[in-house]
Amino acid sequence: MTSKKDRDGETALKNDDISPDIRQELFRLQVEIRDCEKRANDLFFQNMIKGTSHLSLGQEAIAAGMAMAMQPGDKSFCTYRGHAHTLARGVPMEKVLGELMLRDNGLMRGKGGSMHLTSVEHGVMGSYAIIGAHLPIACGAAWRAQYLGQDDVSVCFFGDGTTNIGAFHEALNFAAIWKLPVVFVCENNLYMEYTLTSEITAVEHPAADRASAYGLERIVIDGNDADVVYRTAQAAFAKARSGGGPSMIECMTYRHSGHSRADPAKYRPPGELERWLEKDPIKIYRTRLAEFGVPEARIRAIEEESKRKVDEATEVCKASPPAPAELLTTDVYADGGWAWRN
Amino acid sequence: MAELTYRDAVARGIAQEMERDSNVVFLGEDVARAGGVFKATVGLVDRFGPLRVRDTPISEQAILGAAMGAAMTGLRPIAEIMFADFAAVCFDYIANEFPKLRYMTNGQLGCPLVVRTGNGGGARFGAQHSQSIENWTMMIPGLKVVAPSSPVDVVGLMAAAVRDDNPVIFHEHKSLYATKSEVPDGEIVDTLGTAKILRPGRDATILALALMVPRALAAAETLASEHGIDCEVIDVRSLVPLDTQTILNSVARTGRLFTVEENPRLCGWGAEIASIVADEAFWDLDGPIVRITTPHIPLPAADHLEDLALPSAPRIVERIARVMNGARR
Repeated sequence: MTSKKDRDGETALKNDDISPDIRQELFRLQVEIRDCEKRANDLFFQNMIKGTSHLSLGQEAIAAGMAMAMQPGDKSFCTYRGHAHTLARGVPMEKVLGELMLRDNGLMRGKGGSMHLTSVEHGVMGSYAIIGAHLPIACGAAWRAQYLGQDDVSVCFFGDGTTNIGAFHEALNFAAIWKLPVVFVCENNLYMEYTLTSEITAVEHPAADRASAYGLERIVIDGNDADVVYRTAQAAFAKARSGGGPSMIECMTYRHSGHSRADPAKYRPPGELERWLEKDPIKIYRTRLAEFGVPEARIRAIEEESKRKVDEATEVCKASPPAPAELLTTDVYADGGWAWRN
Repeated sequence: MAELTYRDAVARGIAQEMERDSNVVFLGEDVARAGGVFKATVGLVDRFGPLRVRDTPISEQAILGAAMGAAMTGLRPIAEIMFADFAAVCFDYIANEFPKLRYMTNGQLGCPLVVRTGNGGGARFGAQHSQSIENWTMMIPGLKVVAPSSPVDVVGLMAAAVRDDNPVIFHEHKSLYATKSEVPDGEIVDTLGTAKILRPGRDATILALALMVPRALAAAETLASEHGIDCEVIDVRSLVPLDTQTILNSVARTGRLFTVEENPRLCGWGAEIASIVADEAFWDLDGPIVRITTPHIPLPAADHLEDLALPSAPRIVERIARVMNGARR
């Protein structure tokens, strides 16, 4: 690969399929997700976030790479580990942190909480906390696109643990027989919750090896390299948009923290985390940017801007009141209320 | 005006709505080419094509999940769960997904869909294909629940369910599919949340649902002719929303309340209504509220045993006559 400075002083890259702008955007997204998740972790320990929360620390490249390849109308279906995917679609940090803190300024004004982040205007069609439930739901959204002749793609994220529940298998078969424009993205971080997925799964690659059984291509990629994720996503989305049907992408990754705030992840063998920290997606990508000639000052500016955004968002959330009492009974039914009788 | 079976009314109701709105789609196991295992959807695929009337694999979670994904992005799906008992296989969608979507997202998303089930007993199918599960669905905030008893109500309530912006569970009764009555020509659109007084009466109010409605009506005739007890029979039709005003007004007139429920005893729909009436119309009552239900047992397959289990017209007569003639229970 070669590079030269263009007249604006920015780096122009040759022999590369990913533009410098997109590269910097991929880096920015990963850094912002990382900083926001770290802040969520800190706020827990300050007792400012109640309930539970599931962080994507170490898995940022998947959210960033997938979201960068999406078009505005595309639909994301996330899990309870969904902060990263929500942020990656452009949802403001203060809306996400506000929901985690159960404040009135949150995405759903505190009615959903950490596990159910939703922002329809950004294409985030919900975060689902019952394992496997959203794979068939994503199929349904894709069926609507197919039926109405719309060209959006439904992208469904889930973990390796999801591959052993029935809805996963029903959804794969359904998507395959109806040739639906849906892309399934398995974030294989090795652990279902506290147990190694390899110890409780009949095949080595829990998503990709099963995909083959439903006539889909077996795709396993490095989920810690945002470029690899981005390229794979582009190919899968193009296939879905052109009527080629569903894809399953298994992204190998690792979560740096435990399953949820309750989990210190003591079950991990010594040295495992350290090995994966060497493959930290943000570390990899920072080096990549430098290799492609992005100046250190530009990289630092992205990092500093991210920290500033997180600080600002945190202050907005801290200043926001809790959800008002009248929200208790709103939106149970489509008339906006909760009346079940006359 | 023509005679129509309850079975054919299902297809007519769906067809009426599919004709009106191209966003109405229909999916389920054996519903298209085979016309449904109960033959309630015969002809729909020929009329609306295989893209709107779709056969699915035996995948209840995929059926309801796909219906939900389609509903929340603009379609108005009707999904069939062949035997209501199979709702247990996909209960996540019924209990966790459909009814909580709007609330959890603070109104960002809705779930306008209809789930049809083949509900109820009397067909000698045994314990896993005969249950009345209306109370499973009634207990979940965010769902609407209807159970029609006649062909005209099937058509009208189907239309109302499809047009409603909420998830509606539409319990069809398997043992009513072959029943027939007059249905007016033209479009029929009913209203969810409305009970119907089918037989006015002065002495006691009988509430019934689905298959229990014709039995309650038959019992009321016998009670009038043989016991001199004049019963008002109300078809509850819609458990959620519940038409409490029609029920409370009737109890205010008659002073006595009986429920006839096919569901097993515990937490049946009548228990909720009994609680409401006890709270709000206690001083209108001249005697205890009495629930006539299936005993708290799984349903047997043997015909004579199943007939003993489900409330029958003679059992309803016997119970009401005894209570009205002064017995404590």
